Amino acid sequence: MSSRSAQVKTNAPRSVKDLRLGESGTICCLEDPEMALKLLEMGCIPGTQVRLNSRAPLGCPITLVVGDEDYTLSLRVSEAATILLKD
Amino acid sequence: MARATLISDPTGAAASALTLEALRDVPPRSHRELTRIALIGNPNSGKSSLFNQLTGLNQKVGNFPGVTVDRKTGISQLTAQHRAEIIDLPGTYSLYPKSLDEKVITDLLYDQASDQYPDFVVVTVDASNIRRNLLLFTQLADLGLPAVLALNMMDVAAQHGVQIDIMALQQELGVPIIPMNARNGVGIAALKIVMSRQLGPPTRSFYEPGDDLLPMIRQIRYYFNLHNDYLALHYAHQFRQISFLTPDDKAYIGELVEKYGFQATPRQAQETIDRYARINDILLNTVTVTRTEKNEPYSNKIDKVLTHKVWGYLIFFGVLFMMFQAVFAWASYPMELIDQGVTWINQLVQTNFDGPLVNLLTEGVLAGLGGVLIFIPQIALLFAFIAVLEETGYMARVTFMMDRIMRKFGLNGKSVVPLISGVACAVPAIMSARTIENWKDRIITIFVTPLMSCSARIPVYTVLIALVVPDEPVLGIFNLQGVALMGLYLLGFFAAIFSALALKLLLRTENKSYFIMEFPVYRWPRWKNVGITIVEKVKAFVFQAGKVIVAISVILWVLASYGPGNALEQAEARVRATAAEQRYTPEYTDIRIASEKLESSYAGLFGRTLEPAIRPLGFDWKIGIALITSFAAREVFVGTISTIYSVGQDADMRTVQQKLAAEKDDNGQPFFTPARAFSLLVFYVFAMQCMSTLAVVYRETKGWKWPLLQLLYMTGLAYVSSLIVYQLFK
Ligand SMILES: Nc1nc2c(ncn2[C@@H]2O[C@H](COP(=O)(O)OP(=O)(O)OP(=O)(O)O)[C@@H](O)[C@H]2O)c(=O)[nH]1
Ligand SMILES: [Mg+2]
Repeated sequence: MSSRSAQVKTNAPRSVKDLRLGESGTICCLEDPEMALKLLEMGCIPGTQVRLNSRAPLGCPITLVVGDEDYTLSLRVSEAATILLKD
Repeated sequence: MARATLISDPTGAAASALTLEALRDVPPRSHRELTRIALIGNPNSGKSSLFNQLTGLNQKVGNFPGVTVDRKTGISQLTAQHRAEIIDLPGTYSLYPKSLDEKVITDLLYDQASDQYPDFVVVTVDASNIRRNLLLFTQLADLGLPAVLALNMMDVAAQHGVQIDIMALQQELGVPIIPMNARNGVGIAALKIVMSRQLGPPTRSFYEPGDDLLPMIRQIRYYFNLHNDYLALHYAHQFRQISFLTPDDKAYIGELVEKYGFQATPRQAQETIDRYARINDILLNTVTVTRTEKNEPYSNKIDKVLTHKVWGYLIFFGVLFMMFQAVFAWASYPMELIDQGVTWINQLVQTNFDGPLVNLLTEGVLAGLGGVLIFIPQIALLFAFIAVLEETGYMARVTFMMDRIMRKFGLNGKSVVPLISGVACAVPAIMSARTIENWKDRIITIFVTPLMSCSARIPVYTVLIALVVPDEPVLGIFNLQGVALMGLYLLGFFAAIFSALALKLLLRTENKSYFIMEFPVYRWPRWKNVGITIVEKVKAFVFQAGKVIVAISVILWVLASYGPGNALEQAEARVRATAAEQRYTPEYTDIRIASEKLESSYAGLFGRTLEPAIRPLGFDWKIGIALITSFAAREVFVGTISTIYSVGQDADMRTVQQKLAAEKDDNGQPFFTPARAFSLLVFYVFAMQCMSTLAVVYRETKGWKWPLLQLLYMTGLAYVSSLIVYQLFK
């Protein structure tokens, strides 16, 4: 039972929300179509690398460094959860 | 690949036509009509800085996205013969607007028939962040607008190790590119030369909507007689929001969209992805980034401290606290000087001239004006602080730290900008709420912003606090009066957020709110901008408020000096009769006469009518007069008080404070007890006493519902709170 739920967990796609501070990931896809429009405009295109730069004092929002330029984007954790990462 | 077909073959000839030398051969624009040139670009890319450089005007500049929220025009002398009208616009990330400020751009660009339609656009691009900035550029180019690319912030790009091959990029993009620095004016001369030429539409296109969309696009294009396919595609995407289309037009597009099964959201997403792919190709050959230890962004390091779990809030609170200390403690020295100056002039006039006009001048105009001038140091300091917060980029960090907290109260991190700038003035603050995408968050923000104590309340606060709060140090460094002032600001702030919470529960509509925001890098404030802001704001305060205050002071003086029929003579006769009976001293008789006369005057009549309603709050008819006059604008309070209490008083009774302190109640005790003063203070914290605010709320919400609710709510809150304060403490 417990091993199964653990398996479900590892299979669930990781999102930007799950990044650790300073960790980078590559965007695989955007889950929420409406929000995706805004995120795409801001440069969060599938295939782009993002790095979790900082968290606000209360844990939300967070800032990401998008692409290999130093452009910083801030967004809420709930929004970050819609940005899925490639393994 | 399909994309390859989009790239039109760059010939050497086309490319060389873009160099500055070759541009001299392009015919200049006709001199007769004014060319209309729009500045369009991403938020915070330097459009307003550029606008100021071109026009010599002082449009507000600040280091966070969304400073400019409305269009503003100015005239620029491009060459000796050529003048152009320049339009500064809000920033936008794409031609698909997500908020009201962004919609200003599409409103301008969709209606080619409009007489506001620009002949030409200057696209500002932040060179240090070129990939994201080019997205908007490629969209504008595809609209077929003649354009020049102002490649701004070259200094920042160099610092971050970004090298751009301008010539190669110019070939790829098909428009002239001028590298520049809008902050210090580098590149402006070259830009002006290009802007004075008659340029054709861009020679490249960057995106082709799929062939399957062509039938629909063409029908829209021919029906509305549009000059290009891409514009027609935008009509299909956004027809519901386009304000100049008639219901029939919208129905027509609606049918087409239905018929061809056009799905706006996935199409828009795909377009953005395709454009970025194209931009990546272009940048591959034109931009190189060399990262070294040296240009590791210092902003991140500063943020480690300024947005730290503990330090972040402590520093923010410290900054605010310093602001109030400055406004109260530091400003008192220059205020003293101004005060002495006004008194000196007043006495000079009174000793050298005589007659009724002199009384009007000293008791009416000078008393009212003195009430304005003395607050210049406080207003200047307040605006200086806010300008520095905005110019450094700290404001964006504050929205970041506050979002979580604000959300609990039905607001949004972005509400912090209106709330903080509401401390200066609610009118621009309410307009800045346009950047909030979510309707409910925005309405709530607009509704509660006037509860933040604006600079027009400073005079009221200063005078009354000085009257009842002792000037003592607390904890060694702070000043008790400064602490009291901060208390009033906090009271306004808490009223704002708790009102927001109540509204959040009342407004049932739920639409998605998001907080996806660019984080600007820290910058040193440009001191010249800070200086200009201070001068502009002080000028506006002195002249606009001054005009109203002087006008009202004069009217008030007349109303206070004359009464219906011979009421004033009767009052005087009455006092003299009593005086003879009671053996008053001559001085006391004079004071009684002045006071009785004022009471029988027109002004006294108005105040008396209001008195029964405000008596439970501890106010008398004199305060009633001040409440009436400050209904239009609260800064009139001090002028009114100063005029009312001057009538018939000694000329050497100097400041408003002294006049108020000398005021006695019926038992001969000081009238302004702490209970009365605090009741009045609380009233001014909450009451909606500003016509300009009501007007701007009407404009921003497009109706009378919200301004009227606001008026009722705030006035009600003020009345009830004052009532409680006075009844508890009297
Ligand atoms: N280092 C540097 N800073 C610049 C340059 N141009 C503008 N700035 C700064 O960038 C910030 C934003 O400038 P604005 O002119 O307000 O930008 P904007 O495009 O009008 O911004 P919005 O109105 O918010 O869309 C300000 O702090 C400017 O001082 C530049 O060339 N170099
Ligand atoms: Mg601007």
